[in-house]
Amino acid sequence: MAKITFITQDDETITLEADSGSVMELATENNIKGIDGDCGGVCSCATCHVHVEPSFFDKVGEASEIEKDMLELDDNVTEYSRLVCQIEISQELDGVVLHVAK
Amino acid sequence: MKKSALPDPFEQARVEKGYGEINDQNDPVTMILRLKDVRKCAHNWKSFQSGAKPGRIVVPSEVNIRDTRQIPFEVDPPQHGEYRALVEAWFKRPLEDEYQEQLTQQISEIVDEALAADSIEIVEEFSLKLQSRALTLLLNIQYQESETWIAWGTHVFRSEDDPLDGEKASILYDYIDEQIDRAIENPGEDLYSVLLASEVDGRKLTREEVKGVMILTFAGGRDTVINAVTNSIAYFAEHPESLNQLREKPEIVGKAVEELIRYFAPLTHMGRVVTEDAEVCEHAVKADSRISLCWASANRDASVFENPNEVVLDRKVNPHVAFGFSHHKCLGATHARQILKTLLAVLAEKVKAIDILDYQENIEEWGEFQRKVGYDSITVKFSAQE
Repeated sequence: MAKITFITQDDETITLEADSGSVMELATENNIKGIDGDCGGVCSCATCHVHVEPSFFDKVGEASEIEKDMLELDDNVTEYSRLVCQIEISQELDGVVLHVAK
Repeated sequence: MKKSALPDPFEQARVEKGYGEINDQNDPVTMILRLKDVRKCAHNWKSFQSGAKPGRIVVPSEVNIRDTRQIPFEVDPPQHGEYRALVEAWFKRPLEDEYQEQLTQQISEIVDEALAADSIEIVEEFSLKLQSRALTLLLNIQYQESETWIAWGTHVFRSEDDPLDGEKASILYDYIDEQIDRAIENPGEDLYSVLLASEVDGRKLTREEVKGVMILTFAGGRDTVINAVTNSIAYFAEHPESLNQLREKPEIVGKAVEELIRYFAPLTHMGRVVTEDAEVCEHAVKADSRISLCWASANRDASVFENPNEVVLDRKVNPHVAFGFSHHKCLGATHARQILKTLLAVLAEKVKAIDILDYQENIEEWGEFQRKVGYDSITVKFSAQE
């Protein structure tokens, strides 16, 4: 099981556990505020934007070209931005902290 | 060519130039054809505005048949965000269990009717009914009201021979006026009443603003949903293996909906008015001219989508723009997605095969481009799962 922590815009901290699926699915199933996942996870809506806590960015990894193109036009993009529908849950992710973007 | 195929008429122009030009009632439009350009222009509301004269960002332009500003659709940030925030939660109601149960019941009933018939004309007898009945859920009004909208037929805004028939349009505008009067006299829990009680900038929404939201809700979700539902039936008629795939792997239904919507692009394009001389893919566009964001072309952009002209039902990465992009992305998308998810699930459960008996394609003409967007009519026979 990987523990994944979300910090919402309201500064609420929620830690969830899972071993498969995408981080977006985990977040929407648990009603994490600010992660909508409107498109169901195909990288078309950009409603699952997070800023990865910098010290964990290596664990999560870089966005693909298509994901970067989506993020490029988001007003709140940073070098630590990711769309969590594109992050698959594995043991590797254990302990990561994700800040839900505006 | 399969009967259910929707060819991409924009490919050559998209690859070679990146734009196309059309004249529309002497107010020309530069169609933007590549996905990345479409996204950038959609995002750049300062150079490419929506808050122009009401009706002008629609192609063909509606400036001669409409004065009411559609809200939030024809408003730019930052004011746009205030209106959007006001209606956003209401338009997410399709995610609620009760809404989904009612929608499943409605769609199951329509599919059962289709299964019981010897043959059925899908546009009028299936898609229009389905769309109208589902709209009663979105508006939270009595189911019976859908009878009125079904009686309008599919061409309440667009008659057969004239895409901009003012008399037809006034049927809807007059109807909405009456409904607002009713809600003022007798407030309930419907969308009209909720809007009339809403505040923006510390004041109540005006009647004209309420009307603007309601026109958008009716107009934005009518032809688009009807085309998406009709095209889905045509697709499954020629792809029974896809119905099997959905039966065996029901978890792909969300991806399947996104892929069908990418492929169908039920709204071909939407315009913007250029506020300052600008350049799009090395092509100059002049202030006070119009561009259009061609969702249908962008969704077939081979620089982003592998095998763009194929429906890959479980396509994993699918950054399509069928619901638009950025600030003005479709407000009704949650409702539309829920309709299609439910339709696919019910079809997979109940239907074994669909045979196309007769059809008439609906071809739009945009200057040099002719685009099939769906069907004027398509008659089919449904066969039940045993």
